[in-house]
Amino acid sequence: MIEQDVLERVLSSATKTGADFAEVYAEDKRSTSAGLDDGLVEQVTSGRDRGAGIRVIAGDTTGFAYTSDLSEAGLLAAAGAASAAARGGGGGVKTVGLTKAAAHRPNTIIHDPDSIEKARKVELLNRMNDAARAYGEQIVQVSAGYGDSRKRVLVANTDGVLADDEIVRTLLRINAVADGDGGMQTGYQSMGHTVGFEIFDTVDVEEMAREAARQAITKLQARPAPSGEMPVVIKHGTGGVLFHEACGHGLEADHIQKGASVYAGKVGELVANPLVTLVDDGTMPGEWGTLGIDDEGQRTQRNVLIEDGILTDYMWDFLRARKDGRPQSGNGRRQSYQHLPMVRMTNTFVMNGPDNPDDIVSSTPNGVYVAKLGGGSVNTASGDFVFGMTEAYLIEDGKITEPLRDGNLIGNGPKVLQDIDMLANDFSMGSPGTCGKDGQGVPVGDGQPTLRVKALTVGGTAA
Amino acid sequence: MSDTTSELQQIADRVVERARAGEQIEAFVSRGGETEVRIYEGEVEHFVAAQAEGIGIRVISDGRTGFAYAGTLDESAIGEVLDEARDNVQFGNADEYASLAEPDGVAPTEQSLWNDALADFATDRKIEIAKELEKLAAGKDSRVRVDDANYADAWGEAAVASTAGIRQAGRENGCYVSVSTLADDGEGDDAETQTGFGFSVGNEPSEFDLERAATEANDRATRLLGATKPSSKRVTVVLDPFVTAQFLGVISSTLNGEAVVKGRSLFKDRIGDQVAAAGVTLVDDPTNPKAYTSTDVDGEGLAARRNVLIENGRLQQFVHNAYSARRAGTVSTGNATRGGFAGTPGVGCLALSLEPGTRSQAEIIADIDDGLLVQQMQGLHSGVNPISGDFSTGAAGLLINNGEVGAPVREFTIASTLQRMLLDIVEVGGDIDWLPMRSAGMSLVISDITMSGN
Repeated sequence: MIEQDVLERVLSSATKTGADFAEVYAEDKRSTSAGLDDGLVEQVTSGRDRGAGIRVIAGDTTGFAYTSDLSEAGLLAAAGAASAAARGGGGGVKTVGLTKAAAHRPNTIIHDPDSIEKARKVELLNRMNDAARAYGEQIVQVSAGYGDSRKRVLVANTDGVLADDEIVRTLLRINAVADGDGGMQTGYQSMGHTVGFEIFDTVDVEEMAREAARQAITKLQARPAPSGEMPVVIKHGTGGVLFHEACGHGLEADHIQKGASVYAGKVGELVANPLVTLVDDGTMPGEWGTLGIDDEGQRTQRNVLIEDGILTDYMWDFLRARKDGRPQSGNGRRQSYQHLPMVRMTNTFVMNGPDNPDDIVSSTPNGVYVAKLGGGSVNTASGDFVFGMTEAYLIEDGKITEPLRDGNLIGNGPKVLQDIDMLANDFSMGSPGTCGKDGQGVPVGDGQPTLRVKALTVGGTAA
Repeated sequence: MSDTTSELQQIADRVVERARAGEQIEAFVSRGGETEVRIYEGEVEHFVAAQAEGIGIRVISDGRTGFAYAGTLDESAIGEVLDEARDNVQFGNADEYASLAEPDGVAPTEQSLWNDALADFATDRKIEIAKELEKLAAGKDSRVRVDDANYADAWGEAAVASTAGIRQAGRENGCYVSVSTLADDGEGDDAETQTGFGFSVGNEPSEFDLERAATEANDRATRLLGATKPSSKRVTVVLDPFVTAQFLGVISSTLNGEAVVKGRSLFKDRIGDQVAAAGVTLVDDPTNPKAYTSTDVDGEGLAARRNVLIENGRLQQFVHNAYSARRAGTVSTGNATRGGFAGTPGVGCLALSLEPGTRSQAEIIADIDDGLLVQQMQGLHSGVNPISGDFSTGAAGLLINNGEVGAPVREFTIASTLQRMLLDIVEVGGDIDWLPMRSAGMSLVISDITMSGN
């Protein structure tokens, strides 16, 4: 994308006003998406996003500028703007020699989506539409979307880092609407991986569509969710977002250093039930949040955050690691070349526990069984979090019974970690997610085995 | 029109001139920039200065639509984008309603969307303003720390041209400051931290009210200290203006013409019905200069206009772009929304507000025996289903007892359905506040909401 000698000259130029550090992050992304709605493929879209963001750090101040012009002149102009923004004082030119590390690619791509005919991508959508509508006559509306992208990234900095990566992502989603006597209900399924088009050799897209249709039709019979505090059992592969919200964000070093997290100063302390081991791992092949390098050029790694209930570490990016004088953890991420990196999660999950999933339900006399969660959010300072349940059932006398209408769950991060009292051995990863922080969205994965929280507040409308 | 805006118009015009027989083409070209300063403990934490540009091209042929975009305005790249959009046409299905917006003779309302004083504002002053805001927010209460204080401005210019005869260009700029706070109370296991925020928006920095932003950021954080989890019950709630604006944002998705024609709105067959309490009138009016998102033209180049959606509780109309209007057998209401050059026009409200009432929040609360003042809603994106209408969100606020606000409460949810909430509106406050979002806010009283706590 950019020659090494050009990068070296740009980095030297960026530090000539005396800054301590400079970085070039360049990307070249091609994407294709297609949407089906109301029985028609409405439109196929192709996009090209290409540019570089230049970050210059002087003392505690970061200057940042970006440009879509990847010529040496364009990069030098952005470097000048970023270093002026950082306002470094005095000093001579820093000579930069870049050393390229061996490429580290956890994701194997067989069929680059760019090489696949668009007609085959569109066909997936038509197959899903047909399957969802064939599932039941109550299905009155279906929308579906396909998306793929191939992003080449290049990171170089004045510490000598020179790294590149190529990230291919493939995504498919479907939303079904069912109409009945009591109004409309919805069902949703999605899948996303950092692999090529070969994913469709193994994913049954019709089954995905039928599952979305089944959820929507099931909810036509749903009753209002109960309200108040009660035991909540969460099905494997759907509750990872709970940990992403309830404690993941609170373990990001930027919140920790500003004292804006309930987990600040608690390394070595018991912060969860000893059943709980929480990991953030950017190296899991094919997962939605997987990266070879993070967006600061560091190899991603497996980071154990909570082990047997004890807080072991936080997640770190360049800036926060530098301030604390410790290594980075491969958690520096950004939405695109137009954004500054910050501490973010990759794939966050809770490991298996000792219990049998059926025993968890049968030993819960009354409560709620959540089969599918929607999105959530957290206030890292107070630890209060919320997330939506999009498929849930009552548990009565140890059995899963009636379906419930959509509602929210609310809790407090540190408390919910203590209140997990059963954890099964049926781990699976969940659906692809987008994590929003400070206005930036990045792809993340999550996962967990079936588990029980002994008391969580269910926000339904039933009295 | 400035020289650079007319340059964008020429680029769009040149693309449209390349249309072949039987082909409709629309080119949307934009360029924009931003400055962002973040202050932490008296120092600049980061300073972002950036500019980006790009083009999106929509091609419709035989009812089929293709779209492509690129984040560059290089002449050679524009040719590639047009080729890609044409290639993409063949993979869509024919849709008899697919077409571009056509000029409808409605003249855009004159608006002053560009401010030279902001465009020329010195960088040093931007930093000083953010530092001043941090100082103000930090000095009010010993329990309050400042998480970050920010100054941000942005400018953009765009041009759209089409074979249907649309030709519109314009530019705008604006700025805001914001501050996030943390309030601490207690020690050890009893330690508690709550968050707050405050902001001020303007056409130029002289319009900022830094004092108010700092005070609100303090009040929001400290008011909730010591909050406990309430018991579950049904209550009358008073939504704070900022919360009401969020609620209106949710309502707007049910009045979206595209959702309606595709059978996804809970109001799809309800024009003329009483869908809200009699005192409720809901208007989308981007021509109101007080609205933060006021604008002269929509995303397809049609004049933005005032649309009354609900009048005295009765559903009057939905909002439409050219496509949803054709399908609905009506005309565009000038509500095409566009996220930038990388997307095609959607449909959405542009500047929504309830017709305000007359009383202040304090007067309203004085009449409530048992209620809840909601100051924050959390998890709206996950807890509200705009198709079924199910509504459940995390909340925090203050209990109301015998006409007075009392103890702070948190970690509970409020739930109802959108349909019921509109009918259960008891009063609209007179305290209208134009906020940096697509809807305005005022105190709003809704009866019979389920509060779920212990």
